Amino acid sequence: MSESNGGGPLLQIEHLKQYFPVASGLLVHRTVGHVHAVDDVSFDLDEGQTLGLVGESGCGKTTLSRSLLRLIEPTEGSIAFQGQDVTHMSMRKLRPLRSEMQMVFQDPFASLNPRKRVVQIVGAPLTLHGVSKGEIADRVRELLDRVGLQAEHMNRFPHEFSGGQRQRIGIARALALEPKLIVLDEPVSALDVSVQAQIINLLDDIQDDLGLTYLFVAHDLSVVRHVSDRIAVMYLGKLMEVSPAEELYTKPIHPYTEALLGAVPVPDPRENRARKRVAVTGEPPNPIDPPSGCVFHTRCPHATDVCREVEPPLARYANGHLAACHHPQQVSSDEIRAVERSDQSPLSAGEELPQAS
Amino acid sequence: MSGGEPILDVRNLRVSFSTEEGDVQAVDGVSFQLRPGEVLAVVGESGSGKSVTAMTLMGLTRSPNARFEGTAQFRDTELVNATDDELRQIRGAQIAMIFQDPMTSLNPVQRVGDQIMEQITAHGEIPEAQARTQAVEMLDRVGIPRAAERARSYPHEFSGGMRQRAMIAMAVSCEPDVLIADEPTTALDVTIQAQILQQIAQLREDAGVGVILVTHDLGVVADVADRIAVMYAGQIVERGTVDEIFYDPQHPYTWGLLGSITRVDRDRPGRLPAIGGVPPSLANPPEGCRFRPRCPHAFEPCTQVPDLEQRGASGSGHVDRCFLSAQDKPRLREVDGQVGLTTGSPSA
Repeated sequence: MSESNGGGPLLQIEHLKQYFPVASGLLVHRTVGHVHAVDDVSFDLDEGQTLGLVGESGCGKTTLSRSLLRLIEPTEGSIAFQGQDVTHMSMRKLRPLRSEMQMVFQDPFASLNPRKRVVQIVGAPLTLHGVSKGEIADRVRELLDRVGLQAEHMNRFPHEFSGGQRQRIGIARALALEPKLIVLDEPVSALDVSVQAQIINLLDDIQDDLGLTYLFVAHDLSVVRHVSDRIAVMYLGKLMEVSPAEELYTKPIHPYTEALLGAVPVPDPRENRARKRVAVTGEPPNPIDPPSGCVFHTRCPHATDVCREVEPPLARYANGHLAACHHPQQVSSDEIRAVERSDQSPLSAGEELPQAS
Repeated sequence: MSGGEPILDVRNLRVSFSTEEGDVQAVDGVSFQLRPGEVLAVVGESGSGKSVTAMTLMGLTRSPNARFEGTAQFRDTELVNATDDELRQIRGAQIAMIFQDPMTSLNPVQRVGDQIMEQITAHGEIPEAQARTQAVEMLDRVGIPRAAERARSYPHEFSGGMRQRAMIAMAVSCEPDVLIADEPTTALDVTIQAQILQQIAQLREDAGVGVILVTHDLGVVADVADRIAVMYAGQIVERGTVDEIFYDPQHPYTWGLLGSITRVDRDRPGRLPAIGGVPPSLANPPEGCRFRPRCPHAFEPCTQVPDLEQRGASGSGHVDRCFLSAQDKPRLREVDGQVGLTTGSPSA
């Protein structure tokens, strides 16, 4: 393992953009536009912390998680891991760093090679990094034990396992190289609730024991509440709000977060009936041609002219709570007067900070 | 809202499939009734038999390797033994179904409007022009903007939420009495899910449609259901009203389900009280209570299958399959101040 970088964040993302060209034409492909999958996103992730990244399908959360591992090449911006800029690092130089950042995928049925035995799947990263065959078997046995599987599972094929067990195999594979950062892309959303709880508990234990850092990507606000230290809410490629985990639920500042929270049904009939719920209408706009100004203004109940014209910067409230909104909710006039523009704001954002009424 | 005679009466339904691994008893003696204007939620994890139950009512599980027992009385027709012709009259017109995946349940090469028209004309002698107007009306009613124009679109031009709306439009176009919704919102985002659930609630209120909602999401259930049947390994292990199931659950599996959900309105607990182990194989189910191998409270009588009967103090409609005494249950189900399953060590 390499040295840590004197207390700085483990992962630092600055103004990251990931655009995908949209081509048209039968013989000659012309680029007619770009899907703005990730559109100028900045955040830090400290060692040992969990950042929950939440948003609806198509908001760019999976793209973001892949481009920061450079599984796809980012269009613009920079990624620093342990203080080292990895944005343009050559694959040869990147490889040793890769062992420090691993990924667990959403679909435990598609992410394990059906023709390989568990020992080959979990041992693959070790083989790639030059561990000898004899050592691999021992190490795999250890890893399986770590994730709650037995040594006799080593020689079985993925189809012999249930969804939850497969996800455990995926986690064992991610742990094989003793990484510092694990990107978890919807690790429990394909699983049954009772199994979800088992996997969440397992991830929690592993993090405590090994001091891991997680980026936990999910569409489900209730799952991230149980695992995160901080939560970032994404919409149409942009960060809407970044907040300490608990505060997001008690004090959602962005109307989109409020709407997301209101839309989640609570498994408690009486509370459900009593709860006032802000329903948003309509569907997310097309990311090829995102709306001007604030990208949420087309569905926002509080939208005014300024929202249509000026992209709101990320404003910094108390507790490092960031929100990109001209009409922040749940905050007092005093809090609004105290806000500062965060340097994690998108470069295209305006200077206008929210005004106290 | 809900009241009157049951419109659907399912008794002792059993469905088994013969496979290479032997007979799989997917549904094992399921009984329930559905009244007009009522939402009955069938809750369970994958493999619990909830979808097979729903699909059997529509005759969609019929195949050479399937065996059926029991009855499902819908009005004058008994659905389990009905002929294909009889079923065809009922299916779509009187009992309609919405599927989980709106991506694969629409025909990709036919315009959405045409698919709804097909449904309308299949069940009545209606001129094409009128059927088209009706189809557009239906799309408009389920909240698709510029319905006349969008009726000419193909499914791939619709978003997931719009496809599910189109499915609902199709399902309700013949004004059915019963709507079977199999995980209707599982593939959708929460903001869209809220809109679709509202649609379903609207249907039951306006048209008195009885809804069977198959789902694994207890949040959705708490939101829209009147009564709940909890299924485990092919059997209903507990059945009651929403309040009975959520506030006075009798079966340890229900406790485990309620305990293991992550809640958006609750602080992070130390650990989630998860259910240990995995669901049993239906080809070779455990003897006695199906939940016994995973149940930390199992004791001697559990080697027999408990009947589904009233055991607790609450309403007479609240039945369960658990031998534990009703006096002990409130104590046993309390874990860290909420309902859950103690993380004792059941043999996994």
